[in-house]
Formats: sequence, C-alpha cells, structure tokens
Amino acid sequence: MTPVYETWETARGAEIIAEHSKMEGATLPIMHALQETFGHVPEEAIPMIASALNLSRAEVYGVFTFYHDFRAKPAGRHVLKLCRAEACQAAGGDALAARAEAKLGISIGNTTADERVTLEPIYCLGLCATAPSAMLDGRLVGRLDEARIDALVSEAQR
Amino acid sequence: MSMRLFVPCDAGALAVGADEVAQALHSAALERNVAIEIVRNGSRGLYWLEPLVELETAQGRFAFGPVTTDDVPSLLDAIIADKPHKLSLGLTEEIPWLKRQTRLTFARCGIVDPLSLDDYRAHGGYKGLTRALTLTPDAVIAEVTTSGLRGRGGAGFPTGIKWKTVAQTAADRKYVICNADEGDSGTFADRMLMEGDPFVLIEGMTICGLAVGATKGYIYTRSEYPHAIAAMTKAIDIAKKAGLLGDKIAGSNYTFDLEVRTGAGAYVCGEETALMESLEGKRGIVRAKPPLPAHHGLFDKPTVVNNLLSFAAIPFILDGGAKAYADFGMGRSRGTMPIQLAGNIKFGGLFETAFGVTLGDLVDDIGGGTFTGRPVRAVQVGGPLGAYFPRALFDTPFDYEAFAARDGLIGHGGIVVFDDTVDMSKQARFAMEFCAIESCGKCTPCRIGSTRGAETIDKIRRGERVAENIALVEDLCGTMKLGSLCALGGFTPYPVLSALKHFREDFGPQQPRLQAAE
Repeated sequence: MTPVYETWETARGAEIIAEHSKMEGATLPIMHALQETFGHVPEEAIPMIASALNLSRAEVYGVFTFYHDFRAKPAGRHVLKLCRAEACQAAGGDALAARAEAKLGISIGNTTADERVTLEPIYCLGLCATAPSAMLDGRLVGRLDEARIDALVSEAQR
Repeated sequence: MSMRLFVPCDAGALAVGADEVAQALHSAALERNVAIEIVRNGSRGLYWLEPLVELETAQGRFAFGPVTTDDVPSLLDAIIADKPHKLSLGLTEEIPWLKRQTRLTFARCGIVDPLSLDDYRAHGGYKGLTRALTLTPDAVIAEVTTSGLRGRGGAGFPTGIKWKTVAQTAADRKYVICNADEGDSGTFADRMLMEGDPFVLIEGMTICGLAVGATKGYIYTRSEYPHAIAAMTKAIDIAKKAGLLGDKIAGSNYTFDLEVRTGAGAYVCGEETALMESLEGKRGIVRAKPPLPAHHGLFDKPTVVNNLLSFAAIPFILDGGAKAYADFGMGRSRGTMPIQLAGNIKFGGLFETAFGVTLGDLVDDIGGGTFTGRPVRAVQVGGPLGAYFPRALFDTPFDYEAFAARDGLIGHGGIVVFDDTVDMSKQARFAMEFCAIESCGKCTPCRIGSTRGAETIDKIRRGERVAENIALVEDLCGTMKLGSLCALGGFTPYPVLSALKHFREDFGPQQPRLQAAE
C-alpha cells in the first residue's frame, strides 16, 4: 500500500498542532502527526509549533533535526528500510544491502531520481531471530535472501 | 465440525507470512465448508518455526510449522481427516525447546488472545494487582525488594530500592515510565510481550503506580515497532473501559492512567534521562546524574523508570510471592531472564530461563549453532554496547556479575551469533560508527571519541602503523569508558576492546576474507 499524503495547508497544520498541544511534552506527538498527514514536517510548521507550545523556534528546530525519523521533504513513493544492525549483519545483511543499492542505483540514505524509491537504513526492527529483515512502506519482511530482496526492490520500483 | 486455530499476529511471524497464512486458512475453510475460528495470538518465541499454526484439541494445542500458504490446503485436509501432516510438531507444550524453559514473565505470551481481558484473567491475569490492593504500598515494595528483582534493562539495579526512593520522596505528582525503547540489535522481548501479552505490562505498571504513589504512567517505545504500539494502545483502551485504569482502579481509591509515547528513531533515548527529555518534548540529550530520576525525574517530579521486562515480572511476584520468584536464579541474579537468541543461529527465538545457564549451552545446545552450518566464531551479548565473546569464554554463566567479571554485560538479554566469516575489526569499527551516529552530542568523549575511533580503526584496517593505532584505540576507549555521561559512550568500548582482546588477528592490513555467508 502506497501511503497517500495530504498537501500542506496552513489551516490543516494548525488544526493538527492544536489537537495535540495540550499533551505533556507535545513536540514529538505533533511532529509525528504532521508527518503522518503530510509525509514530512513542513518548514512552515516549525514556527507554528513554537508559538503553540511557547517555545523558541530554535528549540523546535533542534528537536526536529535531532530525531532520525523526521523528514524535511517527502520521501519517495515507496520507502524501503533495510536493517543494518548486528543481528542482520551476522545473517548476511551487508551483502543484501549492497545488492539493493546496486539494483536501485543509489546508496542507502537516498531517493531514486524518478522519486519512486527511498532506501533507508534502520537500526533494528526487533526481527533479529528471522534476520536479515526489511520494511517496505510499513510491511515487514524477514528471512531475506537474494530472491526476496530482488522481489522487494521490484515491488518498490512499480 | 468447527475448528479453532491460532495464527500469531506477532511482527516476527508477520514478517514471514503469518497474515497470508491466516487469510489462506480462511479461504480454504470456506471452500471446504468447515467452520473455522482463527485467534491471532502472540508468538511462542520459536521463530524458526514461524508462522506456527496451532490447533485446539481436547488433548491440548497441536503445533504445525513453519507453515506457508502453499501448505495450507494439505494442512487443513489433514486436520479435517484427522491424519498426520508433514509439518506436525505434536503438542505445542511438549516441544522440547519450549518445555525446557521456565516461563514466568512470558507465561501467557503465545497462548492468550493478546487483546482479550477475559483470556488474560483466565490465565491468572490481574491476580497480582488484586493481591497488591490488599497490601499497603510499603508491603508491595517489600515484596518486590525480597524477590531480588533487578532492572532487566541492563544496569541491574535493584527494583525495590528504586521504588522505595520514589515512594519516600514527597511530591504533588509522580510518574512511572516504562522504558520500552528496545533499540539493541538482538533483542525483541519487549516487542514480543507488547504484541503478545500487553495486559501484563499494564498490570505491572499499575502495581508500581499504587506502590509509589504515582498517578500517571508512560510507555515510551520505538517508532520501529508499529505493531507493538497498536497492540499496546488498544490494550490500554480496553483496560480503561474495564475500570482497570483511570480513577478508582479496580474499585479501589487509587488513580492511575497510562499513555503510549513513540520515539523518533534516536537510540540514545533508551538511556533513562535522555528518554525523559524526549518525553518532555525536547532533544534526547542525556542529563548528568545526580539528581536521580527517583528524586527529580520527568518534569522534575519523582519518577520510576524501569525496563518493560522489570514491570512485566511484577504481576508474578505479587501473585506468587517474592520467594517463588527468588527461588529461581543464582547468586545475586534472581528469577528468570528472557534471553533472546538471534543473528546467524539455527534456532533463534526467545528462551526464558533462570539465571545461571552457560553461554555455550545457550548458543550451541539451545540455539543449535549457526544456520549457515559454519562454526560459531563470536557472539555479542547485550546489544551493540555489549562485548564479543569467543568460544573460549562459553563457560560463562548467564549472570550479571559473571559477565561483568569477564568484561561483558548481559544487557537486555540479547545474544547475536556470528559464524567464522565475521571480520571482527569491521564489527569494532561498526560499534564506533554506531556510537557516532547515535551520540546525543552532550559529552565530548562520546561525540568526538566515536568518530576518531572509527577513523583510527580504518587506519588499522589499511595497515597504517598498526601497533601504535591499536594502542591509540585502547587509550581512547579508556577515556570514553570513564569520561562519558551515559552508557552509549561509556559502553561502546566493550565491543571494541573485546574484539581487540579476543580477535587480535583481525586487526591489521585487510586479508581476503572467508566466503561471506549468504
């Protein structure tokens, strides 16, 4: 399932911020909610969050940049995350990651030129007993081998 | 006839096709015109057999696995005809790998429907809270102290003492935080329990809340665990509706509420002070201790921060009594530990057992060695900050002190197995690189030391002044160990120094390696 995101609108953003701003320590829940809706945390949202939570823009921007999850721009149509942690390394994950990079013509951390696929590292999906593992748009895949990584890459390219 | 089948909805089972198998079972049953009920249970933790399908019978549950969609038609036909099937594993409870375990914390995981309160109660759930409500808060804490339970997150601090400190600190508001930010590679116990038996965590945290006088609890977990987040959120909702969370819990005068919070991909937020900063909506930057979280924690209020496995052990301790728990284990490591066998291993999964089993037994006997069939060369115990152990140390018993005595740690109980194709200087470099990526940046040894460490190991791997650079890495590790504010910088030296100590032959100009495992 390809995630479908809304286009950023200030009013919609303000609504989401208002919905979460009464929570204790609301910054992360707000950013998660924005990213779920728009596929990223738009730059325009930063001062809006700051004003809603009575924080400085620098503080909010600092939070935004600290966490690996939050994006400044939408990802490609499909996001393929490959686990790069030790359990998957031990099970041959490095070679499979290199294979995915070669097939897509990009290195991990990048999006293909046609904006179809974003390839990202992830440090542990908790599937260490069925390693190596990956996540394609939220769907988990374990016991990866060459055939399965090839199938995942083709699926992502569609 | 009507049949009742169990197909796990655990992420580990889903990753190998459990949803597709459940769907195929539904369709095949429809075609054959047989009534079928499929319960989506948690995982039993026998991951090499996932998806593990179970059939309920008068004799008990029968297991089949690993089941693929292709196996479904013949499996269903065999069940209907009461004939044997090639995937039959017999009675689930009699599978030796499961039978050898002592399941206290994971007693219900894989057995119950995770989101059924009735099922939870039918399997002993909420007996711990019921007893706790008949005791004074002091008596509850005394019970936890006597059980000998130590923090299952890695540091091994006595849980009862932590609770007592919070209970004795006066404040208008107190918090309970469950650290479910299980970021260590090789660990999945938190995820498995949240997906397979979420009410045990809710019950454990509720008992803690009433014991220390806290009214609000947070479960902080990882965005990498969407299924666990969904299961936990639903379970909290169900508990609230049943009057087991909120005002006057279970008809008492106690108030306790719970909320799930999701991290955002920062490993350091597994450190308790960074976790609290993150919960407060800030960057996950480590705080210097003291003050202790027990005195000045979340929003500066007294806070209990415990690992998920610590809270999940509480219902058993209150129900069965402190002694029943303390009777398991060795030395000062009491009770059981859910050990997670992972990486290049034949029988990977969760194995809960009393402390004291040796590392060699876990890897060779229980784990069955590698799935590539090659010799085991190294095992990393305790996550990315844990030491690499060679075969020579396989006699080490699983016990906090025994591992510490050999410059290792048991951490959250994860064991990652590597075969003889592993390049240990590469693993040491990865430890430094991981620390560099994940460092919160507050203290210099961690922030800069990790980057310089990775660079220096690169030089060693290129063959540049090998002896001098090894000495430099060792010196740097000493500085990181003693000078870092938290375990990220402080423990990264464990994998690096253990690799250097036990696998020195890998540190030098790179030789062509053995054929890598596929």
